Amino acid sequence: MTQDAIAADRSSVATGDVLYSIRDLSVEYGTRAGEVAAVDRVSLDIRKGEILGLVGESGCGKSTLGKAMMRMISPPGRITQGELWFAGEDLMTVSEAQMREIRGARLGMVFQDPMTSLNPLSKIVDHLTETITTHEPSVSEAAARDRAEQLIGRLGLRVERIDDYPHQFSGGMRQRIMIALALALRADLVIADEPTTALDVIVEAQFLDLLRELRAEFDLTIIMITHNIGVVAEVADRVAVMYAGRMAELGSVDEVFLDTKHPYGQGLLRAVPNIELDGSDLYQMEGAPPNLLHTPSGCPFHPRCPHVMPICSEREPAFAEVTPGHRASCWLFQEHDGEGER
Amino acid sequence: MHPLLLSVLIFGVPAAIALGWVFLRGGGALRRYIATRVALTLPMVFVLVSVVFLVLRVMPGDVASATLGPKANAEVRQNIEETLGLDDPLVVQYARFLGQVATFDLGDSFVGARRPVVDELGERLPATLELVLPAAGVAIALGLVLGASAAGHRRRLRDYAVRMFGVVVYSMPVFWLGMLAKGVFSIWLGWTPVAGRIDVLANATLERTTNLLVVDSILSGNWEALRSALHHMVLPVLTLGVSISGLFARLVRINVIETLQQDYVAAARARGLRERTVVGAYAVRNAMIPVVTVIGLQVAILLAGTVLTEAVFNWPGMGLYLVERIKVRDFQAVQSAVAMFALLVAAIGLAVDVVYGVLDPRVEY
Ligand SMILES: Nc1ncnc2c1ncn2[C@@H]1O[C@H](COP(=O)(O)OP(=O)(O)O)[C@@H](O)[C@H]1O
Ligand SMILES: [Mg+2]
Repeated sequence: MTQDAIAADRSSVATGDVLYSIRDLSVEYGTRAGEVAAVDRVSLDIRKGEILGLVGESGCGKSTLGKAMMRMISPPGRITQGELWFAGEDLMTVSEAQMREIRGARLGMVFQDPMTSLNPLSKIVDHLTETITTHEPSVSEAAARDRAEQLIGRLGLRVERIDDYPHQFSGGMRQRIMIALALALRADLVIADEPTTALDVIVEAQFLDLLRELRAEFDLTIIMITHNIGVVAEVADRVAVMYAGRMAELGSVDEVFLDTKHPYGQGLLRAVPNIELDGSDLYQMEGAPPNLLHTPSGCPFHPRCPHVMPICSEREPAFAEVTPGHRASCWLFQEHDGEGER
Repeated sequence: MHPLLLSVLIFGVPAAIALGWVFLRGGGALRRYIATRVALTLPMVFVLVSVVFLVLRVMPGDVASATLGPKANAEVRQNIEETLGLDDPLVVQYARFLGQVATFDLGDSFVGARRPVVDELGERLPATLELVLPAAGVAIALGLVLGASAAGHRRRLRDYAVRMFGVVVYSMPVFWLGMLAKGVFSIWLGWTPVAGRIDVLANATLERTTNLLVVDSILSGNWEALRSALHHMVLPVLTLGVSISGLFARLVRINVIETLQQDYVAAARARGLRERTVVGAYAVRNAMIPVVTVIGLQVAILLAGTVLTEAVFNWPGMGLYLVERIKVRDFQAVQSAVAMFALLVAAIGLAVDVVYGVLDPRVEY
């Protein structure tokens, strides 16, 4: 896709500045049974300064998409096609060495399980200084330590504890440390993969508050991957709903939650009794998520869809705008006189 | 100073300093743990020595028939047993032996010139140390490099080569490996000596203080003796080292592979750390914890390997000493040597525990 086409695409999808732009991205895992299409031709723009919630059932490809954005897919997985535009650069074309400079410095990642994401043999301070000096070799150990202390203080941990080991902290504290690591070099974009799933509800709420504060203070853009609708409702500006490795719906939180288009999204919401309240419940929907070894033909949701039409199993709907900025890939909102858009 | 005491000190003092440093640095729990471990060493050695004392007495055969042959004159026999105190009741013999151990006077050996056992051990222990320590170094270096590089190149040629090496070396008895090495390098190619620790001539000129030949020849500036000693060491050390490295490489490989799949490794990569740092500082260091544990549990196997290596290369260390003296039922020598081995095992066990505690900040004692 050319720069012009992307620019055109941007103007139609996004209103704000786009920081990261995913174009037609596919990721497959080679397994003994065949290729698993974990991410299937996904296009998505992340706007500067927003918190984008990425939701979907477990196994629909959210983590894979997040890792692909860092170009951290390792065998048996591989990116089979697509472009990853970050601040004007296609990450698919940069060298691994350049990619390493971007990782941790401009793109940060926070993982699901804070108990296992820190090296058990290293002090907190070493995690931080090591990250700083890797990216800024001219910074002295002492200066790096100063910066580490400031960060730790800013994230609400006692500075003396910087010399402690990971096992001496609670899950919520460790997740703050993970954020501190992502902020050590002032990353522009943080991809948080289920960062609160392992936390209890009160700690989760504190953590989400902190995230919102930091967004303003550090000019952060955040992708919040979660299967928890409540979390998204609480912090996100926009929501992207994934199903079977593809984009199902995208729009502002209000659009997606109050005027849900895609039947899958509707099913998700119905399964959450009160989205304002507790989000710790897992939702449950009729039918099982599809096996990505054999994604259903046409719209992948058609076997579970209450509004299924003949065309749904034959043709795949486009991920098209329903109203400006609100997209859904569903035939209910698209002309289908036998001619799909894709 | 006595060579036995010297060689114990040479390794004991640094170990004690390290232990003391860990002791002082550590918190109350760690201190209590180390103190308990040290205190437990003595009862452990006591139990082992007692068991060996008993087993030797129950074992068929005795020193008189072993040295004089089965048809020996009964009177001569009687005489020997009286001289050696073997006609005393078991309890008396046992008490006497414990008294000897407690005063570090291990009595005189039963055979030959009846030299003090302490003197004999003073020659044998340094020989064993000079074999085991470099061999352990070879095994650790080889195991680490091979294991880590196989893990980093999983399912590639290098990985298969290392795994093959590990299986072959691990399953091949060390005496077999030793005879093979000796056949090829000593007999066929003639590169290395066939047996012993040093040439006769070099030995005659060497001034002995510690009986560690490398140390002694450096201390006295005798370079010919040093060359000869190193020349004799190469093959036994490599044999034992390579033999142990098979297990070590396999252990390192499997544990590095496992740690490479941990979240903190992915998180480190996501922070842009170099692959060298990720594998070295994260994966290998974490993998060392289970490796050290298993090595600690395998110390007995390592010592068995030492005994066999000494036998193959006619290396006059503790292992060969044990083999020689069991044959002639020299109880005094055998039970003393075993006491020495017991101390060695206890010391290694303690060292492993301390290393483990230093490696892993999560260890709660
Ligand atoms: N390393 C892997 N090897 C093979 N299949 C994988 C691997 N990782 C993920 N997958 C498959 O890819 C699909 C998407 O997984 P993932 O991205 O983890 O989903 P999510 O994060 O939404 O739960 C799943 O069907 C999963 O089974
Ligand atoms: Mg996931």
